[in-house]
Amino acid sequence: MHNPLRSEADAFRWVVIIGVGAVSVIALTLLTQPVVGVVWAAALVGFGVGIAYRGSRGSLPRSVAVTQGGDGKHRLLVVANETVGGAALLDEIRERCRDRDCRILVVTPALVSSRASHWASDTDEATELARQRMELSLIAIEGLGLKAKGEVGDSDPNVAIEDALRVFPADEIVISTHPPQRSRWLEHGVVGRAREQIDLPISHVVVDLAADRAIP
Amino acid sequence: MESATVALGSHAHEEHHGPPEANQSSRIDRQTLGILLFIVSEVMLFGAFFASYFFLRIVVHPPTWPPAPYKLPVAVAGVNTAILVSSSFTIHYALESIRRGNRKGLKLGLVLTWLLGATFLFIQINEYVHLGFSARDLAFGSIFYSLTGLHGAHVFVGLCLLSFATIRAFRGHFGSEEKDHMGVEIPGIYWHFVDVMWLIVYTAVYIL
Repeated sequence: MHNPLRSEADAFRWVVIIGVGAVSVIALTLLTQPVVGVVWAAALVGFGVGIAYRGSRGSLPRSVAVTQGGDGKHRLLVVANETVGGAALLDEIRERCRDRDCRILVVTPALVSSRASHWASDTDEATELARQRMELSLIAIEGLGLKAKGEVGDSDPNVAIEDALRVFPADEIVISTHPPQRSRWLEHGVVGRAREQIDLPISHVVVDLAADRAIP
Repeated sequence: MESATVALGSHAHEEHHGPPEANQSSRIDRQTLGILLFIVSEVMLFGAFFASYFFLRIVVHPPTWPPAPYKLPVAVAGVNTAILVSSSFTIHYALESIRRGNRKGLKLGLVLTWLLGATFLFIQINEYVHLGFSARDLAFGSIFYSLTGLHGAHVFVGLCLLSFATIRAFRGHFGSEEKDHMGVEIPGIYWHFVDVMWLIVYTAVYIL
């Protein structure tokens, strides 16, 4: 879930929006009748609630703040959940870090089973499972001779990416998913939304775990 | 958000003693989360007062609102609204200034915000003196003073918070890093909330 109110700047934006709405209600009421103002105010409140709801679900176009590194190191943000140990993803990481002083942050979103679980903060099991997958992925990346850090992220992969970018000045992002016919992330447009919101190179790696297991 | 490095490996959690680290999602810092939760509770408080207000207006439904012979000073309150709303711009200016490392702008913005807030409160008290009715005059008087008084109390609290922030600014506190100006950011969010609530109170009580 995207929090639409994270800072004073967000609060100020809301003041301006609500202020403009209030001025329009006041003007309409003074020019016509109070009942017209009431109807207009109700319409604006309904519209505002709809916008806030869409914003909280990440449906609205927005841009994600990106921090800058500037120390010559190449920083790779890897976002994956069940596909963290996939051969295609490891190949991609190896390729991206070839001949570079590379810093890697692996984010594994804690995927809860339902929206109700998310709202009830029933995320302990999901967090623990994500942590285990994250540690396995770190070991797999260590096997490539690379150093990496890991974090368990928000259950919404796009929020998890946004959170990570606040503290990790990534130069590029790799998002790993299942093949299209089995990927809920692709179904929800995670990769497309990330490309719209983030001004960084984003690679999408499809990991077919079944095919990986079939290889002896 | 839970984190680990490859150096710690899978044994990191076996070596950990004490309660588990808090899982901080969405990276909202604790102070901001605290003020947001507080504001949510405040919205509920105002909601209870608005419920009473609209009950009186819609369910009791007097022939005129305000009930004759009372009148509300719409124009004076409108000017007061403009004063309070402009203080949101000045507190935002103060924060934008400190984000850019402009300490002079921070001080100027905070002082202006405090003065505008104090002016609002002064005009409101002056309005109470000259209204010609009290909280004991009908349910209308009770709900009018309750709603505007509740908001006035919030302005007073906001002014106290701004006073602390202003004193600290003049003592050289606060910096451009986000973590270094939380003492202005949090009162700023609260102040915007107070402004938004007044816009709603003014529109509902004085205009509609």
